[in-house]
Amino acid sequence: MKTQQFKEILHNGVWKQNAGVVQLLGLCPLLAVSNSVVNGISLGLATAFVMAMSGAAIAPIRSYVPNEIRIPVFILIIAVLVTVVQYAMNAYMYGLYVVLGIFIPLIVTNCIVLARVEAFASKNPVLPSTLDGLAMGLGLAAVLGVLGGMREIIGRGTLLSGIDLALGDAAKNWVIHVIPDYQGFLLAILPPGAFIGLGLLIAGKNWLKLREEHKARGNSANVAPVEGGCAVSHGN
Amino acid sequence: MSTAPVKASLQTGLNLLVFAVLGTIVLTFTFNLTRDRIIKSVEDEKLKLIMQIVPPALFDNDIIKDTLIIPASKQLGTDRPATAYRARLQGKPSVVVLETVAPDGYSGKIEMIVAIREDAALAGVRVVRHKETPGLGDYIEFAKNRWISLFDGASHARYKEEGDWKVRKDGGQFDYMAGATITPRAVVKAVHKTLHYYEENRDQLFAAAKPLSQQESKQ
Repeated sequence: MKTQQFKEILHNGVWKQNAGVVQLLGLCPLLAVSNSVVNGISLGLATAFVMAMSGAAIAPIRSYVPNEIRIPVFILIIAVLVTVVQYAMNAYMYGLYVVLGIFIPLIVTNCIVLARVEAFASKNPVLPSTLDGLAMGLGLAAVLGVLGGMREIIGRGTLLSGIDLALGDAAKNWVIHVIPDYQGFLLAILPPGAFIGLGLLIAGKNWLKLREEHKARGNSANVAPVEGGCAVSHGN
Repeated sequence: MSTAPVKASLQTGLNLLVFAVLGTIVLTFTFNLTRDRIIKSVEDEKLKLIMQIVPPALFDNDIIKDTLIIPASKQLGTDRPATAYRARLQGKPSVVVLETVAPDGYSGKIEMIVAIREDAALAGVRVVRHKETPGLGDYIEFAKNRWISLFDGASHARYKEEGDWKVRKDGGQFDYMAGATITPRAVVKAVHKTLHYYEENRDQLFAAAKPLSQQESKQ
């Protein structure tokens, strides 16, 4: 794999085609568990792991799977990988497992996983496919982390609460009280906060893109309407 | 009718079967690898909760081992046998920890453990599992709020009237938080029923480590 391709896949996954704020895929877990940094990043990393592994598992068998049954086979492989992750978290990160609960098995139904496998891993060699899954997953994890951070600060006035669930009791003191004696703002913690926060993130991403284009054109042309601004979510 | 389509479907079916078998093998392997560890995690978590509500000064036995199986009981809200953990100090009964279920939470069952001292005063209550609304009803979790400590030391000696065992909104003695009344109402009701259960079955609960028979629990 050439460095150029390597960079392109990485850039595509994490930034240009970001699952959370550009493709708008996998919104169900994105909106549900992004109520704190730890929850968001944990589920994001679990998803990234599943995506990388499913890319690695599906790319080498892509020529053996008949076209008609590729979707069931892909789903089967993804489901197996997710269940492995679920067992592992249940065994070694019990606290976090309880917090994330139903959203770990639900990674199977996260359409970004199947979308990448179908669009990329089923047509490319192992290494690029693995990297693509990982990059896309990390992009999603980053959005989950940022959104989680926003909601946690505004909703509870803290950062990294619950870190001890992921890293053990030693990390208990890592919790940052950003706003001391904060009464909390429930809206940010509840689902509406997720929608509003995600909306702001998408707007921010579009603004950056717009500015970039503006600069590229030497500040001369009129501002073009944002491309993909009306993208429709394809699933959950 | 040609046999080509039949052959093709058989081949695809076989292909799918191979992947299913491979997947099952991977899962079986992982399951066996993590099973013991998962059981231990669940036990550890339970022990941690028990230690939070049973004062260390009140026992010197191995609580996790000194158990009693209680058959499913309407009073405890359980629909399958539950475990009671007994704490003893120098062989004398001091605290019993009962597993109880509030069936009428806002979104389903609320599983709790209730520690009751030998003198029928509550040592403490902890929620083991629930599905209440995050940010609204989840203040029953000790990790989120100290509300559940309201039960520490509560007894029929302190709250004499049956009506006291309700949230303040219903004329009882227990505070609740605006926004979620159904959740604490369910918890208070279940804890109260558990206390009644204890008072009615006190002797059997501390008896030797034999399962409580069906008859005794029916009463």
